[in-house]
Amino acid sequence: MTQSPDYSERPWMDPEAEPFIKVQSVSKHFGDFTAVDSVDLEIYKGELFCLLGGSGCGKSTLLRMLAGFETPSSGTILIDGQNMNDVPPYERPVNMMFQSYALFPHMTVEKNVAYGLKRDRVPGDEIEQRVSDMLAMVELTQFARRKPHQLSGGQQQRVALARSLVKQPKVLLLDEPLGALDKRLRDQTQYELMNIQEQLGVTFVVVTHDQEEAMTLSTRIAIMDAGRFMQIGTPTEIYEFPTSRVVANFIGNANMFEGRIIENGDDHVIVESKHPDCEFYIDHGMSIPEGTKVWVALRPEKVRISKDSPDNADSRTNMIKGMVHDIGYLGGSSTYRVQVDGDHLVEITSPNMLRPKEAVPPIDWDQEVYLSWDASSSVVLTK
Amino acid sequence: MNGKRSIFLISVLAFGMAFLYVPMLLLILYSFNSSRIVQIWGGFSTKWYGELFRSPEVWDALTLSLKIASVNACFATILGTLAGLALVRFGRFRGRTLFSGMISAPLVMPEVITGLSLLLLFIWLQETIGWPNERGFTTITIAHITFSMAYVAVIIQSRLAGMAQDLEEAAQDLGAKPFRVLTDITLPLLAPGMLAGWLLAFTLSLDDLIIASFVTGPGSTTLPILIYSRIRLGLRPDINALATIIILVVAIGVIVAGYIMLRQQKQRALDMQMSAEKN
Repeated sequence: MTQSPDYSERPWMDPEAEPFIKVQSVSKHFGDFTAVDSVDLEIYKGELFCLLGGSGCGKSTLLRMLAGFETPSSGTILIDGQNMNDVPPYERPVNMMFQSYALFPHMTVEKNVAYGLKRDRVPGDEIEQRVSDMLAMVELTQFARRKPHQLSGGQQQRVALARSLVKQPKVLLLDEPLGALDKRLRDQTQYELMNIQEQLGVTFVVVTHDQEEAMTLSTRIAIMDAGRFMQIGTPTEIYEFPTSRVVANFIGNANMFEGRIIENGDDHVIVESKHPDCEFYIDHGMSIPEGTKVWVALRPEKVRISKDSPDNADSRTNMIKGMVHDIGYLGGSSTYRVQVDGDHLVEITSPNMLRPKEAVPPIDWDQEVYLSWDASSSVVLTK
Repeated sequence: MNGKRSIFLISVLAFGMAFLYVPMLLLILYSFNSSRIVQIWGGFSTKWYGELFRSPEVWDALTLSLKIASVNACFATILGTLAGLALVRFGRFRGRTLFSGMISAPLVMPEVITGLSLLLLFIWLQETIGWPNERGFTTITIAHITFSMAYVAVIIQSRLAGMAQDLEEAAQDLGAKPFRVLTDITLPLLAPGMLAGWLLAFTLSLDDLIIASFVTGPGSTTLPILIYSRIRLGLRPDINALATIIILVVAIGVIVAGYIMLRQQKQRALDMQMSAEKN
């Protein structure tokens, strides 16, 4: 008897789990413009799901359809098994935190947070209790009687969060939740948001254009471009195993090499790149026929840089010789741009484990260096 | 050179101000003239003010004008707000362009034409349905509502356009039905615009001579009509006194409004400072 695996952290892996939000071939057209183009999406209970993409990719429109402010031109949206197409925003089991926070300027913090409960005709003393609990959670108790314009940006953000959570929605939609905050506050709030999500177990759907925010926050990310999903997966999957060049370039940096598959074995694949001249040995099999044109993506931090010629200095497999073109010192790490085979630049990020004077001797501009990587480091992309 | 320019600017300012205010100052001055003949200064006196308050004609005209102005302002504000809401918030509906063009037509229409067409309407109505059976308070008020409503609609429209829609969406998201959104969020935020609209409609009505004289009937004399008809018989010092009182009332109104706005501004600056310090 085999023990069934634990899916509590990864509900999307569980074949028996029923998705909480189901988006089924939903499209949205504004006149001739297609904002969302027949997308399918399944989000599970307790997830912190990020919709990531540039401006105009359709992520906000999709979120607004979940909230009920836009109706799909075609397709259906199900939340907790219920068809939402004809349900107005004020009857949906979801709440939204707006990018602008949308706090009511003529009401105090307290009244803002209590507004949703009052509309639901919750008894007065319960409202009072829940509002004060919520304000305590976001640490704004002493500001309860202030008006929104008397608060700083970070405080306003927390009021907006409290207001959208106080009704205990099944799903919380967040539109660029950290967009209006400065860098320091953003990092701090990011972790607060994750803690609150874990504490309450609410399903979060976050729209953002900031890949760093998406990477730290989410259980899964959907990358959107031109109204479609490019890839849906965990932050690790998306970073380590992008399925297309667009995704590889959108999340983090990637060195891209164009080549052809020259050997396809059971346990390995060899890709030959003509320019720069080198071969990639990849340690797993693939169902791509030999001779296919492919791209190989190699993350900057997965390339080793060294001045000493390695033992197999003449090999052209998983190794290339070049000249240091640029060095960017970032404190914790350095970024090298190395010119290989003429004008091709390869980017390498390397942690600065030793102080420069101890590093014997440091890598310098215009120096000849050897770049190498592991057989498992590169990713083959067909599109 | 700088000094020369400032002399130039000061004299321009002085001429401009004189152009605006000398006529009014003269009017105020002559209201205290004891002589019956306006052009001759006969010494200081306040007797025309006394005479003014003893004249029932003036009192009747003033009451009528104020009554029309306040009823007009209330109706114009309600209708104008509804029209503004429809134009900005209900998205695209059939005939929206036509409606938005038509709502601003009374702003540019010559008053004689508005007055004439309304008069024709009232006569036609009286002949077909027997209402309004006489011209006076009702007809003037209706006429004033038709044009001042357009001004209110324009004010509300611009205020709504500047108001982010996400506040209303947030209220809906929190469970407020559309009517609740209107009463809880939209109208309170529109209140300053509605107050401005009300005041504008009030003054427009108090001011109007042309349209009122088209649609008025015997026995219904508004203040502008009274002043105009008396001036036609020659300049009279008691009318100067009446005008002086109106100037005084308007000036007080402007000063109070300015003071309230200034205080609000200061409060806001203080609040901003407070929140900045908390950061």
